[in-house]
Formats: sequence, C-alpha cells, structure tokens
Amino acid sequence: MDILRIATAGSVDDGKSTLIGRLLYETNSITGDKIEALEAASKRKGLEFTDLSLLTDGLIAEREQGITIDVAHIYFSTPTRKYIIGDTPGHIEYTRNMVTGASNAQVSLILIDSRNGVVEQTFRHFFIAMLMRIPHVVVCVNKMDLVNYSQPRFDEIVAGFKAFAEKLAFAGQAIQFVPISSLYGENLTQKTEFLNWYHGPTLLETLESLEVNRSAAQQPGRFPVQYVVRPKTEEFHDFRGYAGKVTSGTFRPGDDVVVLPTGQISRIATIEKFGQALETVGPKESVVITLETDVDVSRGNMLVRPGEEPESRKELVARICWLDNQPLAAGRTYLLQHGVNDTKAKIVGIDEVVNVQTLDRTPDAPQLKLNEIGTIRLKMAKPIFADRYADNPANGAFILIDEYTHSTVGVGFVE
Amino acid sequence: MSEVQVSGVGTFPRELEDEAVYIMREVAAQFERPAILFSGGKDSIVLVRLAQKAFFPGKIPFPLLHIDTGHNFPETIQYRDWLVRETGAELLVRYVQDSIDAGKVREETGKYASRNVLQTVTLLDAIEEFKFDACLGGARRDEEKARAKERIFSVRDDFGQWDAKRQRPELFDMLNGRISVGENVRVFPISNWTELDVWNYIREEQIAIPSIYYAHQRAVIERDGMLWADSPHLNKSTDEIPFEATVRFRTVGDMTCTAAVLSEAVELEMIIGEIRSAKISERGARIDDKRSEAAMEKRKQQGYF
Repeated sequence: MDILRIATAGSVDDGKSTLIGRLLYETNSITGDKIEALEAASKRKGLEFTDLSLLTDGLIAEREQGITIDVAHIYFSTPTRKYIIGDTPGHIEYTRNMVTGASNAQVSLILIDSRNGVVEQTFRHFFIAMLMRIPHVVVCVNKMDLVNYSQPRFDEIVAGFKAFAEKLAFAGQAIQFVPISSLYGENLTQKTEFLNWYHGPTLLETLESLEVNRSAAQQPGRFPVQYVVRPKTEEFHDFRGYAGKVTSGTFRPGDDVVVLPTGQISRIATIEKFGQALETVGPKESVVITLETDVDVSRGNMLVRPGEEPESRKELVARICWLDNQPLAAGRTYLLQHGVNDTKAKIVGIDEVVNVQTLDRTPDAPQLKLNEIGTIRLKMAKPIFADRYADNPANGAFILIDEYTHSTVGVGFVE
Repeated sequence: MSEVQVSGVGTFPRELEDEAVYIMREVAAQFERPAILFSGGKDSIVLVRLAQKAFFPGKIPFPLLHIDTGHNFPETIQYRDWLVRETGAELLVRYVQDSIDAGKVREETGKYASRNVLQTVTLLDAIEEFKFDACLGGARRDEEKARAKERIFSVRDDFGQWDAKRQRPELFDMLNGRISVGENVRVFPISNWTELDVWNYIREEQIAIPSIYYAHQRAVIERDGMLWADSPHLNKSTDEIPFEATVRFRTVGDMTCTAAVLSEAVELEMIIGEIRSAKISERGARIDDKRSEAAMEKRKQQGYF
C-alpha cells in the first residue's frame, strides 16, 4: 500500500479544518467516541451543529483563539492508499510551519473562499508549493454554497489563479481545480445536484488518482551512510555494514561505488534488510550495504556510482526560508545539516530577499527575518554532496542550526 | 472487494517501517545514552522489533527502561521477561512504589485512584539517574489531538516539560537532536502509524504480543459504561460487583486505567476485523484521558510521555 502525503493550506476562515474533518468523517476515519466528544464540545460552544473542525484544532491555545497554530498530522485511508495530511496554518506569521508541513508533501491542497477569490495568501501558498517543487497542486474552491453554486464565479476564480500560477509553476507541476462545500460535504467524496455543471472528479477521486511521485528513483544513486553496523560477535566477527536510507536512485549488489569524500572505489557485495538479501533497493528504503573491499567509511559519507558524483561543494548559493525569531545575519556562522552530514557554515552574503506577497526583490539585504525567503551565499568548513534542489529535491535541501540555542532556524534549497 | 482482501498481507505500508528504522539509527548516531521506554504495550513491542531490524546483525544498542507502576497486568510482566530473554536486550526497571516510599509522590485516593500520573516522577528520576539523553517511545500522532502536533524529536527541558510553541520545525527527513545540558529528547519513531498500521505490522511480522490483547475470561466490573478489570488495586464501591465476561484490551496500560472491551477475538485477524469496524477509538478505553478535554496536553506539559 502506498502513502500520499498532503500539505493543506488556507487562510484562517477558508474552512480548512472543516474540510479535513469532513474527509475523515466521510472515509469512516472517525470513531464513535470521538464523534460524541465533538458533539459535546460543539454544544458547549453554543453551536447548533457538530463542528468537525474541532477534530483537528488540538491545542488548548487554539481552542481558546479558534485558530490553528502548528502543524498537525492527520491520517485517513481508503482501501488502496494511506493518506497523511500535514495541516498547516495559513496566516502570515506562521509561514515557517507551512514550509515545514510542505517539506514531505507530494500534494499541496490550497483552499480558496469562493466569496473572496484569490487573495494574497493564496499567492503565498502557491509560491511555497512552487519553491518546494511539490508536484501536484489541488485548488479547492470552497464555500460554493455561499455563492449559489455559481459556475461563472468558479471559472473566474480558476482564471484568476491560473493568471499568476502558470507564470510561476515549474515544468511538470500539475494544477487541478475542484469546486466544493466542505460544510455540507459537497464534492468531497460525493457529487451533488447543486454542482451539476461540474463534470470533473470529486476531491477524494482527485486524490485517489494522483500518481505517487517516483521521480527520485530516476535520479543518480545517493546513499548517505547513517550508521556503521559492527556486531563484533562470534557469528558476525568480521561483519561491517553501512546502514542508511537511499535518498535517490537505485542500487544493486555488484554495483561499483565511490565513497565521498575520500574518493575510494569499491563494489557493493550485499544489500540487506534484517538479514534478508535484496536484489535491488530504491528511494526511501532503509537497508544495510556491505562492500567487497575494506574501505574507510563513516557516518556522513555518501556512496554514489562512478561518473554520477554530485558536485562536492564547499561554497554554495541557496534559496532559504528563515524559521527563527532571531534574524539570519550576514557574516554569522551556523551549523549546516544536509541529510545526515553536517558542517559549520558561514553566511557570506544575502543576495536578495523576496517579498512573497509582491515577488519584489530587495538586493543585498543585511538580514533575513522570520518567515522571509531569500537567496544567500554560504561557505562551509567541509564539503557537502548536494545536488541542485531543482534537479534532485531529495538530495538538494539542508537545514541551518543555531550553534547556541541548537534550534533549527532555517531551511535551504541548493541552487 | 471484500473486507478480508482489503486487510490482507501487503496492507501495511512498508515506507513506515523504513522511516522508523531510519529514526532509530539517527538516535543511535546522534545521542550518547538513549533508551527505549518499554511499557509492554503493543506499540513499545513494535519499537523493539524495529530496533532489532535497524541494527541487525548487531544487537539493539540501547536498554529497555520499564517504569513499573506496580499496577501492571501480570501477563505484561511475564511477556516483558520473555521478550528480554528472546532478544538479549538489556532491561532496566524502576518502581513507582519506590517514589511513593521516598515521599516524592503521593498515592491517589478515591475510586478513580491510579498511578498513571505518578509514573512521570519515577520516569524523570530514572532519566536523571541513568543520564539518558534520548528516550524512544511508541506514541503515535493518531492517538490523540495534542499528539497530532508532536515532533519526531521532541525536546524536553530539565523537568521533562513539553512546550508546544517552542517546538523545532522538522523538515524533510532531517532530524536535529542537538541539545543543551539538562535537556533531553523524546523520540517517536512510529509517529506516523495508525492503530491499524500497528496491527497490520504485528500480523505481517508475526510478532508475539501479551495474551491480554486476545479475548479471554476475566472478572470485571462496570463503571461509567466501561469494563474495568477487577484487581486488588481497583478501589471498588460496595455496589460494584465483579462478574465474568469475555473481554480483551485494545491498549495495555495499568489495570487501574485501562478499560476492557467485550470481544470474541481470539486471533489477530479477528482483532483487525474488530478495529476496522470499531465504534470506539483506542484511547476511548483509556480512563486517564477522560478526566478533561485537554487531559493529554496538560500531562505532556508536565513531562508525561
């Protein structure tokens, strides 16, 4: 069974929580006692209906303020697929959560209130989906009941969205539009007569039909070594295996490999999972690889095939989204973590800061503040083995960590 | 398509196992003294299997820590000791009774008295005693609303407290386990699994589980519409008369805070069938969560698991 990870985004009142609550409800993913609890909570709030949005607004502060303030993970399944929703808040001060929620997503679900149409936030959500190269975008035009299920209104919103999205979208990014009413559950899993002019799939049908992205398998082989397994027991006295998760490409026993950064050459002897030998292994699989020859390999090294080596970078240019209250400052040093490899990195300069609302660019900014996106130049203490994010997203992102607070303060995409 | 086919082998998304194994290896690489928090429940049993897989053919490079409340089901303790022999893992046990005797916590009174809240103190003391910098737990985000927002690496302060607003963003699969002196990390490798995923995994991997997960005869009392296992630890009122019923447990905590459900499920296939049609969610049988709507979040802030 495969997994489809979805990032949802919407403005505060777009009805995102209601939409998710509805999806769970209509796929039988909410059990009886949870519904009872929802009914009781709705009554306490003086509501006359069962507020399905209460299902996802989990934290005390959220219930007090009636808003979503962090990334919540929600699960549902159909007979063919498991879905993981990263529900991220839409309001401006929480762009960092949106980026976080989107980082593992293959689908970006964007909500538009049909009364308001495309607003600044819609623009920002799409910009982030584009920046993070999320292959599928599904735009839900919600609250169709409040515009009398008007087809001209829907068409107008679609045209407005396409007007800016088609300029920004990367090659291969697919955008689909679905008119819905999440409050009444229309066009989520079932069609209704009110939207009879719409002949496309429902939201769930749309999600069920999306191809899980397997493009990482077509990329060059990247195997970062996480942990060296050396049992030193009688039975496995000389065993030396390299544990890790394949980032991209595929590997087979007999493949020649180069160890980065040392450049030593060896050949894959076995690929194992819990003692079971595998013929081939692909992206996201956690395995143990043994090599035919004794070479020096440790955590943070990477196995790749000769002729497919990534550029060994001690300097790089990256798009960056800043996640911390303390701004990024040119000249400062941070820890850079790329996969399981890390190094000290100095910010050489901030080339530009992009205003996500207007796409205006400010060159040579002195700092990058929380929720801002910019382009920076970095210099590292030792090389990392990254690909361009646009070429191979699985091996093209990194995080920046504050050396003093140990917090994750930024995420970068290698240019 | 029939239900049986739907829940057949291949239903478990293998990506979840690869993700959990990756997390386990990050823990071994990034921390000096990690431990698995072992309760004897199915989720922590799955963690042990994942740890075996992650380091095979090496041994599990961290001990199992069991906080023994003294209110465990005897079957859980038998199972624990069997599992330790079977896997060769190191077991450490610390007792809530010792915390009570030392005057660090006070036993609850009344008919809802349980040691579930008390165990937090014993746990924090054990973390300090063994200087654990990372504790692996079997919590899942689908269990409860506050857990839906939990990170995979969850940084706790000296008092084990969780601050929802100070959580580190987790991007892609990059885990940042760097901490300051006094801090430690709770790690949740099966965050993205649902209850059904756990059961499907147990079936596909043929993992042995304690007998109380299967339907059996047991003396129970009825209270607040739930069935409670009769035991010397349960404070019964005079009108609560124990009776025999065929029950099983969906979740295994203490005898004083885990309710039983009527069930005829004597094998895994039947358990999975029951869950697929279940009208009550897993934590709905946990009496500790019903105390208030925000019960879990409040306990987490205080350092609960």
